[in-house]
Amino acid sequence: MKLVSLLVTLLLGALLLTAAADFPSWGDPHSPASLHVSDYYIENSLEQTAVPNFVTSILADYRGYDTMFETTVIFCAGLTVLTLLRRSHRKEKKVVTPRPNREDQDLILTSAARMIAPMMQIFALYVVAHGHHSPGGGFQGGVILGASFILLALSYDLQTVLGRLKERVALIMSGIGVAIYAGIGAGCLLLGGNFLDYGVWSKVLGVFGVTPVTARSHGMLGVEIGVAITVMYIMFSLYADLSSGGEMDEGL
Amino acid sequence: MNLDPGLLWQFDFLIIPMVIICAVAALTFRDLITSAVVFGAYSFFMCLLWTEMLAVDVAFTEAAVGAGVSTVLFLGTALHIKRRAKD
Amino acid sequence: MRELFGTVIGEYNYWAFLILLLIGLHAMISKNNLVKKVIGMSIFQSAIILYYVSTGYKKGSTIPIMAHGHGTEPIHETAGQMVAGFVNPLPHVLMLTAIVVGVSTLGVALALIQKIYRVYGTIEEDEILEKITE
Repeated sequence: MKLVSLLVTLLLGALLLTAAADFPSWGDPHSPASLHVSDYYIENSLEQTAVPNFVTSILADYRGYDTMFETTVIFCAGLTVLTLLRRSHRKEKKVVTPRPNREDQDLILTSAARMIAPMMQIFALYVVAHGHHSPGGGFQGGVILGASFILLALSYDLQTVLGRLKERVALIMSGIGVAIYAGIGAGCLLLGGNFLDYGVWSKVLGVFGVTPVTARSHGMLGVEIGVAITVMYIMFSLYADLSSGGEMDEGL
Repeated sequence: MNLDPGLLWQFDFLIIPMVIICAVAALTFRDLITSAVVFGAYSFFMCLLWTEMLAVDVAFTEAAVGAGVSTVLFLGTALHIKRRAKD
Repeated sequence: MRELFGTVIGEYNYWAFLILLLIGLHAMISKNNLVKKVIGMSIFQSAIILYYVSTGYKKGSTIPIMAHGHGTEPIHETAGQMVAGFVNPLPHVLMLTAIVVGVSTLGVALALIQKIYRVYGTIEEDEILEKITE
């Protein structure tokens, strides 16, 4: 079996190498990948959406439909893991001793995690909010927020963090994150534009001095917040399910 | 606009062999926890490679997702199944 | 033949992507342990992302964020110069989606592995096949 797979992969490698002769040279500004669509985005992104970061403006505005379904994929993955691993233990509830009496918690680890976790959360909120002007955006901020909860769960105990962030709340809030994204798009439908066409929000927000161009920028911020909420809760729920085998008792 | 902070072939020739070594090592070790940690190192080296190609958003996401969450998921699974692989 | 080798050896990023792709594919087919197969799948995915990102690079350009871009200012240079001064942002957008979908798939794959272990008691592929066919 190993010999057959080795032969097959080497054959595939040889085929891919013969295709490499036709490629444009690397780093060429006039290669076909860089010509037709992306120069429209580079030239018109700043004046149409008032966002200097091209990647964020393409992700949340020009190709916002893909991002909405990507958020739905993350949500469905969290639901799938929950469905696969959870067993209902309504009959016996495990008794876990409350926090001051646990001997297996290390003092250095818990103190360090308690100091680092708020810094991580503030930095994550900065990444979400500043995604228009610097590398960042909704996904990165949401993952860092989820990672701060994972850090607390690793250093203290899974039960301690689950006492503050119940899994039922986590699932409902992640669904609300997807609903915020779709809701902003549906609001554009109600106001008379296309789906996910954020410029028409200026009809409602025009009292605050919002032009159609800056309405697109604010719409992008709204959908990034929805994405961050979903990603945060799903990352923590994935960790909680996988590291405890569905039992939600001890964790790692 | 001609800043050219970009591609240094010396940097590439340091990082790309390390990526390949980490990938082969993550698949060769018998202990699954060691595989998970070396996979985290592989993710970090890929993040460096993409920063050097000026893909800053992709590198940011890979650093948060690959080296953060993905390694912890592997570790969490490896402690619930048999830790020692047979090949 | 010499030109073929010249172009092929000169593009060393293509060699890096190719070696990683073949390592990931060989691990997915031939490894016995299920967790090693999933690690191979993840290496395969990141090799594909490396290839896409490397096609967007332009020599002598900078990151795809416009500096001093507050509000809508008029553009001071010709459109062609501006386009050539930025790295192509479109592959970066597609690969952001690919990375996040990859980690979701990883979570579901690991949950399936835990479930298989709970039912069969092992995660080596040949032992599972024996238990299924007996």
